[in-house]
Amino acid sequence: MEAQQAAVKRPIPLSTNYAVAYAVKDLDVDVVAAYPITPQTTVVEKISEFVANGELDAEFIHVESEHSAMSATIAAALTGARAFTATASQGLALMHEMLYIAAGLRAPIVMSVAMRALSAPISIWNDQSDLFGSRDSGWVIYFAHTAQEAYDTLIQAYRLTEDPDVLLPVMVAYDGYVMSHTTEPVVTEGRSEVLKFAPKRPYPYRLNPDKPVTIGAIVPPEYLYEIKYQNVKAMEGALAKAEEVDREFGKQFSRSYGVMECYMCEGAESLIVANASYAATLKSILPEAWRQGLRVGLLRLRLYRPFPVKHFVEHASDAKGVLVVDRSISYGAPYQGPLANEIAGLKVREGLGFNLTSVVAGIGQRTMEDEDFMALVRLAWESRTRRFPETMFYGVRE
Amino acid sequence: MAVQRLPSWREMPIGGVIVNPGNSLEYKTGDWKVLMPVIDQEKCTRCRICWYVCPDSAIKELDKPYTTKKGRAYKISYEVDYDFCKGCGMCAQECPVKAIDMVPVEVV
Repeated sequence: MEAQQAAVKRPIPLSTNYAVAYAVKDLDVDVVAAYPITPQTTVVEKISEFVANGELDAEFIHVESEHSAMSATIAAALTGARAFTATASQGLALMHEMLYIAAGLRAPIVMSVAMRALSAPISIWNDQSDLFGSRDSGWVIYFAHTAQEAYDTLIQAYRLTEDPDVLLPVMVAYDGYVMSHTTEPVVTEGRSEVLKFAPKRPYPYRLNPDKPVTIGAIVPPEYLYEIKYQNVKAMEGALAKAEEVDREFGKQFSRSYGVMECYMCEGAESLIVANASYAATLKSILPEAWRQGLRVGLLRLRLYRPFPVKHFVEHASDAKGVLVVDRSISYGAPYQGPLANEIAGLKVREGLGFNLTSVVAGIGQRTMEDEDFMALVRLAWESRTRRFPETMFYGVRE
Repeated sequence: MAVQRLPSWREMPIGGVIVNPGNSLEYKTGDWKVLMPVIDQEKCTRCRICWYVCPDSAIKELDKPYTTKKGRAYKISYEVDYDFCKGCGMCAQECPVKAIDMVPVEVV
């Protein structure tokens, strides 16, 4: 019997959405307020099933919009409950003002985002316009690239968001459909193990009639700046905390990811910066690329806010070319991929010598086959010796 | 006048949380008025209308006897609490005997 328990845990087949729902169950979340939106819906659908079956003792609040979903989640977190919600696309856009309020009030919340295009015209398919539109809301942002990583990151995220030195809401983002609805083997760890790693640490000023506080009062010009600066410092500090949480996660569960992953970077001359499913696909492509003599590594963004600057510099300082793949558009910006703009800033800040190539791809889930990724690898390789000043819109029909 | 030292970001509670309940009294909301009401105790008939209409409860009904020059004795007086009066002028507008003047605040 003991030998059986000590045996390697058997993975179960789960979509990334279901992996998130299982994480929520294992984390013993107290309040879930959500509104269904494709391609996130099956997250909360599964959670409501857990609640109805008595597998999760949580308050499931059926709200009338995502604006209300985020409002209720904030309120729940501030009363001291462990709160969760999930959304995508228009839902995330509708939450927009409440995202800033969650971060401004330092509400410990975790939200999963199954990234999707934004209207108009309507597209229910994947890109990352929704996530990048929320970039500056003050949330910690993770990208997961497998269903297992999504499960694990949810658990890490609660440890991080409830840390009294952090208290910033956390988004765990992954690609809609390509990941949200794709089934992969996932090891789940069960509630007792998960709660051992991430015990509940409620919001410090939680609802307590004996110690009344005011939350959300108006702040005159003499004070707002300092409060926003507190968020700056909390976000900066969250980087080391996230690394520590990931290390400790690795100790307990034998899986860890770091905050930024460099795959096949040893001896690479060029790097591709990518996240989520594109990073996963590139991992399967790169060995073939190297066989063809294209020594290109993958710099996978996992923790995106706060941005792991030192890690990036460490990996990219010797690179001759860096190709950044964006799946959202910053219309009219110097580089029209938001991520490429940031990397351009980093290049200047750190005096890095690589040629930067900005590529937009996969808008509205335009299919990217293996040969398309290979084309990006070739472009990254070419970037060693050639400058491409303009953002390229890969795969758009002329 | 000594300049009040405001707290650094390190000294403030996170998220703008107010941890000391009941401190709204310390917040003087009337420092931005342009016109201030001045009550003429001679004309005032103690009808209480200004006290009633003031949206900021900045008219105080005080147990302060007052006798007019014509010999009319009142047991109470109305005074303005300028810490909280925002200068809206509703009291002056509603005063039936025009005992309240709105006077420009002198900025020193």
